[in-house]
Amino acid sequence: MNTPAIKELLYKMADDLLIIGHRHSEWTGLGPILEEDISFSSMAQDKIGQSQALFQLLHQLGEPDADTNAFTRNANQFCNAQFVELPNEEYDFSTVRHFLYDHADQLRFEMLAHSSFEPLAKLARKVKGELKYHVFHANTWMVKLSQGTEESKARMQTALNNAWNYALGMFEESKFEKELIAAKIFEGEAALKTKWIHAITPFIEKAGLKLPPEKEWNPVNGGRKNFHTEYLEPLVKEMGEVFRVEPASQW
Amino acid sequence: MIKSLDPRITRAEIELTNTIAPLEENDQWETYEVFHQKKRGDQHMHVGIVHAANPEMALLFAKEQYGRRGQSVNIWVVKTREVYTTDYEDSDIFDTVPEKMFREAGGYKVMEKINKYKKEHKI
Repeated sequence: MNTPAIKELLYKMADDLLIIGHRHSEWTGLGPILEEDISFSSMAQDKIGQSQALFQLLHQLGEPDADTNAFTRNANQFCNAQFVELPNEEYDFSTVRHFLYDHADQLRFEMLAHSSFEPLAKLARKVKGELKYHVFHANTWMVKLSQGTEESKARMQTALNNAWNYALGMFEESKFEKELIAAKIFEGEAALKTKWIHAITPFIEKAGLKLPPEKEWNPVNGGRKNFHTEYLEPLVKEMGEVFRVEPASQW
Repeated sequence: MIKSLDPRITRAEIELTNTIAPLEENDQWETYEVFHQKKRGDQHMHVGIVHAANPEMALLFAKEQYGRRGQSVNIWVVKTREVYTTDYEDSDIFDTVPEKMFREAGGYKVMEKINKYKKEHKI
């Protein structure tokens, strides 16, 4: 078993989920309507739960426990994609990010359901239902907001354009890519990206939006190698504030 | 700008001078009645309403509000305006003349026999 490769895979997944879960939770109490506020907050909790499960797998591989890992690292120790740390902005960008991220997340876990690393395969099967709901939610809002008014459609297209290159950064390759594929742990970022484009395209079309032209695709990489935007550090500080003050606090 | 203990509120840069405008007509989405089924074969039970822009969204919201705790296998949503009801003014249609013993199950002679049998067999 290639432990360093597995750890790297688990860390990037756990960090993506933790950071996007935190960003989603920032909408709690501020959502567009009560019902959506509840749904979006509930998905934020799912994300944090999934990240906790991944941190627990890391703990079993000798890494620090989940809370220590989540709340005491500095921003430059995180390996989430920069995409998930960007501020929520308004509901257009948040919805587009939710849509692009959740399709990738669902496909990644689907691929991992057959992983040779059994604990991860087991987790992937366990979260299948949650992810199905998240994607159903994302598709519904993506299409509905894009088909609202001229203004809402224009805003969704702008949000998609702004999100796109950051979203491509989710598939930044690891130095262990070949080992992961050879050991049948994970089929690799390139395969995931292809599946992802295939999965999102029908909904982009249904929404009446357009992907940026392929010659303009320019992935914002770096997140997996601990390079981040200015937005991550304040988030990490806020997220870990209580834990840093009182590590023994019970929730 | 509102300064709040909740950093999200402060970041939202809400103007204090915001006046709350009255709701325009159709400002709210319409409501859907939600019916929830605990397990396959059970009757769907009416559990409440959600506001939604379309049926698909109503299902999304109903799942989170009424199906996320406890056991669930299925949900129905129906537009509230497509539910037909009797008037409360007409609630007297449910009254019935009490003398019609032949309509009451308790009125059947056989009940006596059943009760006698139950008593004998201590059921």
